Amino acid sequence: MRFKRKLLAVSTALALAATAAHAQISGNVVKIGVMNDQSGTYADLTGPGSTLAAKMAVEDFKAKEKGLNVEVVFADHLNKPDVGSQIATKWYDSEGVDVIVDVPTSSVALAVNQITKDKKKAFLVSGAASSDLTGKACSPNTIHWTYDTWALANGTGTAIVKTGGSSWFFLTADYAFGHALERDTEAVVLKNGGKVLGKVRHPFPSSDFSSFLLQAQASKAKIIGLANAGADTTNAIKQAAEFGIVKGGQNLAGLLVFLPDVHALGLEKAQGLIFTETFYWDLNDQTRAWTKRFAAAHGGKYPSMIHAGVYSAVMHYLKAVTALKSDDGTRVIAKMKETPTDDPLFGKGTIRADGRKVHQAYLVEVKKPSESKGPYDYYKIRATIPADQAFRPMDQGDCPLVKK
Amino acid sequence: MPDAIFGIPTQALFGQLLIGLINGSFYALLSLGLAVIFGLLNIINFTHGAQYMMGAFCAYFLANKLGLGYWWSLAIVPIVVGVTGVIIERLMLARLYKLDHLYGLLLTFGLALIIQGGFRHQFGSSGLPYAMPERLTGGFNLGFMYLPVYRAWVIVASLAICLATWFVIERTKLGSYLRAATENSTLVQSFGVNVPRMITLTYGFGVALAALAGVFAAPIYQVSPLMGADLIIVVFAVVVIGGMGSILGSVVTGFGLGVVEGLTKVFFPEASNTVIFVIMAIVLMFRPQGLFGQR
Repeated sequence: MRFKRKLLAVSTALALAATAAHAQISGNVVKIGVMNDQSGTYADLTGPGSTLAAKMAVEDFKAKEKGLNVEVVFADHLNKPDVGSQIATKWYDSEGVDVIVDVPTSSVALAVNQITKDKKKAFLVSGAASSDLTGKACSPNTIHWTYDTWALANGTGTAIVKTGGSSWFFLTADYAFGHALERDTEAVVLKNGGKVLGKVRHPFPSSDFSSFLLQAQASKAKIIGLANAGADTTNAIKQAAEFGIVKGGQNLAGLLVFLPDVHALGLEKAQGLIFTETFYWDLNDQTRAWTKRFAAAHGGKYPSMIHAGVYSAVMHYLKAVTALKSDDGTRVIAKMKETPTDDPLFGKGTIRADGRKVHQAYLVEVKKPSESKGPYDYYKIRATIPADQAFRPMDQGDCPLVKK
Repeated sequence: MPDAIFGIPTQALFGQLLIGLINGSFYALLSLGLAVIFGLLNIINFTHGAQYMMGAFCAYFLANKLGLGYWWSLAIVPIVVGVTGVIIERLMLARLYKLDHLYGLLLTFGLALIIQGGFRHQFGSSGLPYAMPERLTGGFNLGFMYLPVYRAWVIVASLAICLATWFVIERTKLGSYLRAATENSTLVQSFGVNVPRMITLTYGFGVALAALAGVFAAPIYQVSPLMGADLIIVVFAVVVIGGMGSILGSVVTGFGLGVVEGLTKVFFPEASNTVIFVIMAIVLMFRPQGLFGQR
């Protein structure tokens, strides 16, 4: 029995290897590993939605028709760097995964970034935010796709300081992501003439923010910057309303807020928040059409920008693999960088030498309940930040891949 | 009075103490239920966090499907979730009393995972909004802090419930039956007391307390499938520190640790989620039976 199966495997492999197109696809299958938080605080922003987005990209790319055998697998890293590292190592070493996609939670993403580099595979980041991924930790095997802390700080921070939010207090998630977001936002605030009155770092994840909010209140800062994400942000916003923070004349700046967060909060509590996104479902006919398909397959839930980023990244990855006829990590990433990107969700864009995918960003404001036509009609686009201004200039990131 | 203690303005410190008490009232309410169940049933009820979460969800459903507001929820939710507890006790836990604690722990832990997984599958992880009852919005300006009316209500209500529970168990005839039944159930049964039913109802009551805490939590935190999982570990530490099964111990340590945690959030916020476990380790080293435990 065992021998028969082996024989079958060998003969199939031979048959497939005979077609030249597959000569360099390892294991004759392009295996995409979606790794993210499938069960915890970031599960709605990434989670099963990202797996779905990756599958949609494979479908839309028509991989089968192009003779490419693509498989999508997924795993839950529980937001723990050690768990993420284990999965990445196992995937690369023994399960034939060629590319890891998504990986929210910057601490985990930084770990996977290093493993991918060591093993010369490919890593497409959509979920994680730390701008270090294209800064001092940049890698020839990694592309940072959707957004980063610099872009958020630049978009949201600048807009808020310019409209009078000159003094800040940070409420920061105590891990790599929160630290990066706080650092990048602080730089923007100082550059625009504002000042930072204080900061407090809360354990990740937290559910009660009353104590931290009280400290923020006591600081008398005009703006309380929330350098956290997911349920941490929604809970902080909810409790800030309870403690009369906005009524007392202070304002909240959610530095990283996603569409599902707004949905979870409800417009009553979320209205007026200003933040930066790189994707919104209601941008044009293409984004609306894609979102309709996504929601139909996702229990009616609309996509976050992370989901959109996964779709766009996988699409571009498959293009590069097809062009190269190889799934060698380093080569595919290099090919992806030299090919301009174009997809229905982010439009035309480019990927820089430091691994930064560059596209437009949007400064959005959450609508009042009276302005919204129904579920998920939540944003007003206040400004569009052009691609060349949305992300950190390449020479300021200290990326070793970039010659100064 | 000094203006500042260790660089923290005294006024701010008062605020933090109060916040600590408020959070402590959740710990107290939850650990009270655990202590009642452990004290009388010898079951380490790991489903407690999930039952707290079910309480919050139940309140959400009452509000969104049946239009019944917060006050109705306070009355209905503990009964509904308590009944699910009774069913669990009758169908499953009742078979385990003769076995080691470990079996009850494993069963309830497994149940908790199943319940949480089911809710997460159905409702996602980012949670659902639950509006604060109209009458409890707003706040008092205490001079040193802004105290939301709702939090004041939570602290008063949970303190009242804790005291009432303590009184019933330690000072009434019913309570004496309960305590006697845990000492020697055969003897109590021979006096004509229906011990199995009493135990079932006790479990139901413990679960109802968790559900009630869930209703209290719904307007403050997101109603989320994960809300109990995060809390239950802390609450267990509270029970261990207070002394397994000690009613008074769980209440006093619940409030006390809330305050300690609150102060940690000011002086060393990064450690605020570990401080309780540090205390637990120290207590276990010097007083393994817990601060209020006997034996």
